Amino acid sequence: MQSNAALEYDYSVAKLFTITAILFGFVGMLIGTLIAAQLAFPELNYLLGEYGTFSRLRPLHTNVVIYGFTVSGVFATFYYLAQRVLKVSMAESKFIMFIGKLQFVLYMILAVSMVVTLLLGITANKEYAQMEWPLDLLTVVVWVLWGVAMFGLIGMRREKALYISMWYFIACFLGVAMLYLFNNMEVPTALVAGVGSMMHSVSMYAGTNDALVQWWWGHNAVAFVFTVPIIAMIYYFLPKESGQAVYSYKLSLLSFWGLMFVYLWAGSHHLLWSTVPDWMQTMGSVFSVVLILPSWGSAINMLLTMKGEWNQLTENPLIKFMVLASTFYMLSTLEGPIQAIKSVNAIAHFTDWIPGHVHDGVLGWVAFMIMAGIMHMAPRMYKRELYSKKLVEAQFWLQTTAVVLYFTSMWIAGITQGMMWRAVDEYGNLMYSFIDTVTVLHPYYAIRALSGVLYLTGFLMFAYNIYKTATAGRKLENEPQFRTPMA
Amino acid sequence: MDIRELQGYASFFMTIFLVVMLYGYIIYLYRSEKKGEKDYEKLGNIAIDDEIDSTPVNTSDSVSSEKKEQNK
Repeated sequence: MQSNAALEYDYSVAKLFTITAILFGFVGMLIGTLIAAQLAFPELNYLLGEYGTFSRLRPLHTNVVIYGFTVSGVFATFYYLAQRVLKVSMAESKFIMFIGKLQFVLYMILAVSMVVTLLLGITANKEYAQMEWPLDLLTVVVWVLWGVAMFGLIGMRREKALYISMWYFIACFLGVAMLYLFNNMEVPTALVAGVGSMMHSVSMYAGTNDALVQWWWGHNAVAFVFTVPIIAMIYYFLPKESGQAVYSYKLSLLSFWGLMFVYLWAGSHHLLWSTVPDWMQTMGSVFSVVLILPSWGSAINMLLTMKGEWNQLTENPLIKFMVLASTFYMLSTLEGPIQAIKSVNAIAHFTDWIPGHVHDGVLGWVAFMIMAGIMHMAPRMYKRELYSKKLVEAQFWLQTTAVVLYFTSMWIAGITQGMMWRAVDEYGNLMYSFIDTVTVLHPYYAIRALSGVLYLTGFLMFAYNIYKTATAGRKLENEPQFRTPMA
Repeated sequence: MDIRELQGYASFFMTIFLVVMLYGYIIYLYRSEKKGEKDYEKLGNIAIDDEIDSTPVNTSDSVSSEKKEQNK
């Protein structure tokens, strides 16, 4: 292929997924804040009849933030940065452009169907895999289309070496494809046995085997949706925004293979002290602890990328978002392995420490990176300056405070809960009933609900900032090379 | 030996195998760079210099072919 001076990167598909990321981010976080408030104030369960109960809304929250917000963010950043690191434009191939747009249309149909079916209570009853079988089939189509676009762009590339971000996107594609198929092997009861609704299915596995496959998936949804593509983002956006090449490319390769090797084996830590074979529980524990190494390899590589350029941390709020994101990544990848140690898990399991851990990862790492990525992309996609730097600064501090309030309240709540459940008197009788723990935990639940309000407010500020950037930001003559211009 | 014990041994030996592979990869990375066959660090520039009309950072599949050409 010959290089063409008039050729430009085409961001039409990236823009579409950016809009859905913001939309689903708002909806998912709104529901999250509501259910956090419901735990503190149970009367809020009865606002919308059956559709407003915690049990109906909780899976909706997790699915919308994972498959709506995060996956849209992954697709948006992929369609933006894959072109750039491969040095090929979507505009060069009508076929790939069509695939990208078709993927978006089917994805929207899928996401809306997911929201409606979960609200109606139609669920496969597997955590993070609640979508019923017809939606699972559509998911496969959407995912395969993404693969076609990904490998199509790779096939057309001018840059022969695949940048590390592309390795991570490929891993995301392959990892999710494999795990999703295995975990969603299900039998539609109406078709096979003529029993039940057309939308109903049962898992092909039974008992402990089902639990093992479920958590092989469940934990690796964290790996291949919340970790791998987010690392792909930071490996591109932090160097590009700061103008500093990644500190050690070799370390990025080592961390990649280390993560691929270790992550897949850690899922059984969700089943510690259960009926799965003991060696498998121990393996899950050991691999979880080893996982610190590749995770910290990537995070430290990012922090060292800022070597000699730390002044940018005070000058550029996007660098703040990304540096804090990698710091929260370090925190949650240290906390996770600690919780996976059998003796710690005996206290932590089923307590509020677990959602505390999840949220310092997702709020501090995943959402921070997606928002920073979108704020980096917006001026380049819309050819306009970012609307307000002050708004970005305010959003940063509001949301950082929210994350700290969330995880600290849940640390205290979780450990208190775990200790109270286990406490026995001198005769070996349990000292506390369940309601005693609820009474003690109430203030921490209220703090968590407050942190939800703060984070959601920050997200609304972000959404407003992007909307104003696209519509009223000052027009840019040239594309900024590194630092994102903001008014 | 029942199936569970067998699974345990299989997992253990596969872990050892993969650890050896990973360390082998580390040695390969550093050795090939030391010998001048590859230059991994320059690939970091792909994110920095990413205009559609800029010269690709790595046009050939390996640096070694370039070096061989130069040495002729």
